[in-house]
Amino acid sequence: MTLYIFYFLSFVAIFCGLMTVFSRNPIHSVLYLIGCFFAIAGHYLLLEAEFLAVVHIIVYAGAIMVLFLFTLMMMNLNEQIEKHKPALARMAAVIASGLLMLVLIAILKKADTLTVATNQNDAIGTIKNLGKILLDEYFFPFEFASVLFLTAMVGAVLLAKKDKSKVAS
Amino acid sequence: MNSLLNIFSVVPIQYYVFVSVALFCIGVLGVLMRRNAIIIFMSIELMLNSVNLLLVAFSSFHNDASGQVFVFFIMAVAAAEVAVGLAILVTIYRNIHSISIDELKNLKW
Repeated sequence: MTLYIFYFLSFVAIFCGLMTVFSRNPIHSVLYLIGCFFAIAGHYLLLEAEFLAVVHIIVYAGAIMVLFLFTLMMMNLNEQIEKHKPALARMAAVIASGLLMLVLIAILKKADTLTVATNQNDAIGTIKNLGKILLDEYFFPFEFASVLFLTAMVGAVLLAKKDKSKVAS
Repeated sequence: MNSLLNIFSVVPIQYYVFVSVALFCIGVLGVLMRRNAIIIFMSIELMLNSVNLLLVAFSSFHNDASGQVFVFFIMAVAAAEVAVGLAILVTIYRNIHSISIDELKNLKW
């Protein structure tokens, strides 16, 4: 049963990822990417990382993709605006990434088969456990993340603000 | 619950590696193939997510919560990156009325 859930989620993730890349309309791309993110959240649930699954849906599907959609609708991009690259360049891109996948899989197939870890009893993905580790071991990076957010917020506002001197001239 | 506890006895860790590699290569394909800068951003998000998936899989595999904390930080960095990147794209669009990366070759010589 678990294996079939895994297969289904992997299929949905990879299919939606491919459709993200190949669909012509950027809005469809965003929607397919949201589907891909939900499949990955399902993977997290399967791996017993409940907290991360919830955060993943909130942050990615809730915040980041809405930001993408908002930007797309603001720019009013339709499919007829974007011209595709020449067929040769697209073919080269497909071949390059296909070769990359081939090489990576060929390497990782030869890797030693890992055995299952022995102590699989305590749930590590719960909010309680993760919060304890986050505020105990990783307290310093956690605080620095807030500085990063502050910087990003200031930078985004500064970049997206209309340049007054340029408008006037 | 007991059947879910030992997911790695049903699904080998290699399967997760393969799924992550496939997603990562789809992201690379998107970056190489598309011209729309927003689609390229989304492909980068896809690559980040494939790495996140692998980190969570190995963290669950080794029963070590540090991997999940790192995924948490990656999500934070991705959110900040998207905010700044989309602000840059909005500025570019305001200036040249296009976000096709073919138009953005002023730095190319």
